[in-house]
Amino acid sequence: MAITYLDAIREAQARALEEDESVYIYGQDVAGFGGAFKATKGLAERFPGRVIDAPISEDAIVGSAIGAAIEGMRPIVEMQFADFSSIAFNQIVNQAATHFWRTGVSCPITIRLPSGGTEGSGPFHSQSLESIYAHYPGLIVMTPATVEDAYGMMLEAIRIDDPVIFCEHKLLYYHLKADALPKTILPVGKARIARAGRHATVVACSAMVHEALRAARELAEEGWEIEVVDLRSVKPIDTDTILASVARTGRLLAVGEGFPWGGMTSEIVSRVAAEGFHLLDAPPQRLNSKDTPIPYHPNLWRAHRPTWQSISAAARNLIRL
Amino acid sequence: MSHPTSNVAPLSADSPASQRERFVSAFGWMLLARTFEDKIAALYRAGKIVGGVYLGRGQEAFSAALGMQLNQAQGDIFSGLIRDQAGRMAFGELLIDSARTYLGSVEGPMRGRDGNIHRGRPRQGMPAMISHLGAMVSVVNGMLIAKRFRGERDVVGGATIGDGGTSTGAFHEGLNQAAIEKLPLVIAVADNQFAYSTPTSQQYACADLADRAIGYGIRGYSIDGTDLETCLETFSEAIARARSGEGPQLVVGKLLRLAGHGEHDDARYIPADMREKPYGADCVPMAQHRILEENWMSEDEIEEQVRITQDRVEEAVAKAQSEPDPNPFRESWHALATKHLAEGTIAMD
Ligand SMILES: Cc1ncc(C[n+]2csc(CCOP(=O)(O)OP(=O)(O)O)c2C)c(N)n1
Repeated sequence: MAITYLDAIREAQARALEEDESVYIYGQDVAGFGGAFKATKGLAERFPGRVIDAPISEDAIVGSAIGAAIEGMRPIVEMQFADFSSIAFNQIVNQAATHFWRTGVSCPITIRLPSGGTEGSGPFHSQSLESIYAHYPGLIVMTPATVEDAYGMMLEAIRIDDPVIFCEHKLLYYHLKADALPKTILPVGKARIARAGRHATVVACSAMVHEALRAARELAEEGWEIEVVDLRSVKPIDTDTILASVARTGRLLAVGEGFPWGGMTSEIVSRVAAEGFHLLDAPPQRLNSKDTPIPYHPNLWRAHRPTWQSISAAARNLIRL
Repeated sequence: MSHPTSNVAPLSADSPASQRERFVSAFGWMLLARTFEDKIAALYRAGKIVGGVYLGRGQEAFSAALGMQLNQAQGDIFSGLIRDQAGRMAFGELLIDSARTYLGSVEGPMRGRDGNIHRGRPRQGMPAMISHLGAMVSVVNGMLIAKRFRGERDVVGGATIGDGGTSTGAFHEGLNQAAIEKLPLVIAVADNQFAYSTPTSQQYACADLADRAIGYGIRGYSIDGTDLETCLETFSEAIARARSGEGPQLVVGKLLRLAGHGEHDDARYIPADMREKPYGADCVPMAQHRILEENWMSEDEIEEQVRITQDRVEEAVAKAQSEPDPNPFRESWHALATKHLAEGTIAMD
């Protein structure tokens, strides 16, 4: 039976609820309705009283999760869309992220952000916020790109004693499938070589890993072997695996779905330039979405975000440099 | 003679003796807070304290009445904000921890990483406020939710805020959330007429902030926050109602901030005649006056208590000053509890 990325997230939450009575789920429409994307479908019936509908109060949702975590619970918060976490921004970056450092009391909360663009979602249901949250000390930011990681990293996120921002990509929810749930996964903090190559390294996370893989297949037909690094977690970022890959290929393209000013791709380029300048045969490149809000119409949306076509074009340029 | 040393079980005032004991005990906390904050203000003016110093002058009765009547040993919570020196200590915060946090001692709960009023011991029912007003309400809600999950009934969370803080979205979200979940929360709003320099007319348009309780479906109280007996009575009732499952209680105390916003602020914007208004009174001498009037303590006994209180404060400050400052070379400079996931420390295999 095929298991989707979304199933994996739901099954991981079910397992956590099963194994640890300090786990509970809190978010809008998560109880009987099973969540806007059905990531908690059936869980309220299986775990009575532990999957709770919240009012439309993102600040109080996260604030209360922090309070419960301080008292030893392990809350999972579902944001209906990543975009709405802006309302909870204060609680996330000022309360949760600072708590352990300030008081010595850890704050084990998992905040699930249904992230990224889908056709027709527009400016307020499409955002990729991994770079914003990675900027703050005290947060861990996970960006699973596979069904296996969606499952394994969700379990890890809940177990970790720190606040975890779990960016799950809406575009992967239904179409990404695996045969079975994984028994083991790579440790959090380790990137994965999603495809080996020797002419250029493309570093990406989440849905962009799949765009990069498709671009790599495209370029393979032209004789270029592209190595694709799946970051898995944006924070911590696995600089060593990136540098090792650049050592093999001599060329770097960092791809992110977020906005272009600063952020994850800039971080990758700056680390490689600072620590691996001698490994580079060409100037390191970045590819992001455009510096406008995310458009509604599919024609505009496809041109706004990086795609396998634009990644292919950027990779060809890089190889020619 | 009553001398506040430890957090006592809540006192009900159902007999004249217990009424006296409760009042005199609360006065002890008020006096300790006033004495300590006077000392902290002096240290600030002498350049011995960095950052800001914000005093609870004029709000001691309202703050202590809540903190004192909560029961830390039973699992209650007290979330104090900027003007709750009295309530924090009456609940169970050690005087030395207050002193340590102002002076940045590594022995204190914040170890020099945070200072002044931004302090707490969350595992002992004292969450450490962040600056962002309104944000602590939902945190207390969450602590109460956790206790409910664990089957700890009978606990109450107290949270304080100012009139300005009630204008935040976070305050509204938190109070509404508490009402929906019927949490045993007592919110104390110290309506001290100003938020920094902003008068209440620019803060809210309802007649009384307690009227908002109706909108949340909870019980509201509006009281004279300078009168200790009224504060004690009201919080006693509010806490009892919350404890018995009646849900959140909103207590609004009318009073006046008898200091600048912080010690850097001369508060020239406060009109002189405000002091003459009923809520402009100073609760500390008022409570002392009542004690003398009722013959609960003699002048000599009060003098003795003032002296002992001053000694305690001097001793705590001297101890905190003698403790080590934080050392940047000993800092871990990591913000995660999961050490191996902190950037720069990932074990590579
Ligand atoms: C959300 C937020 N905005 C601004 C500030 C800056 N600030 C600190 S205290 C204060 C005034 C608070 O007034 P009030 O809530 O009435 O409490 P009071 O100082 O009168 O006790 C302001 C504006 C803050 N701490 N939090």
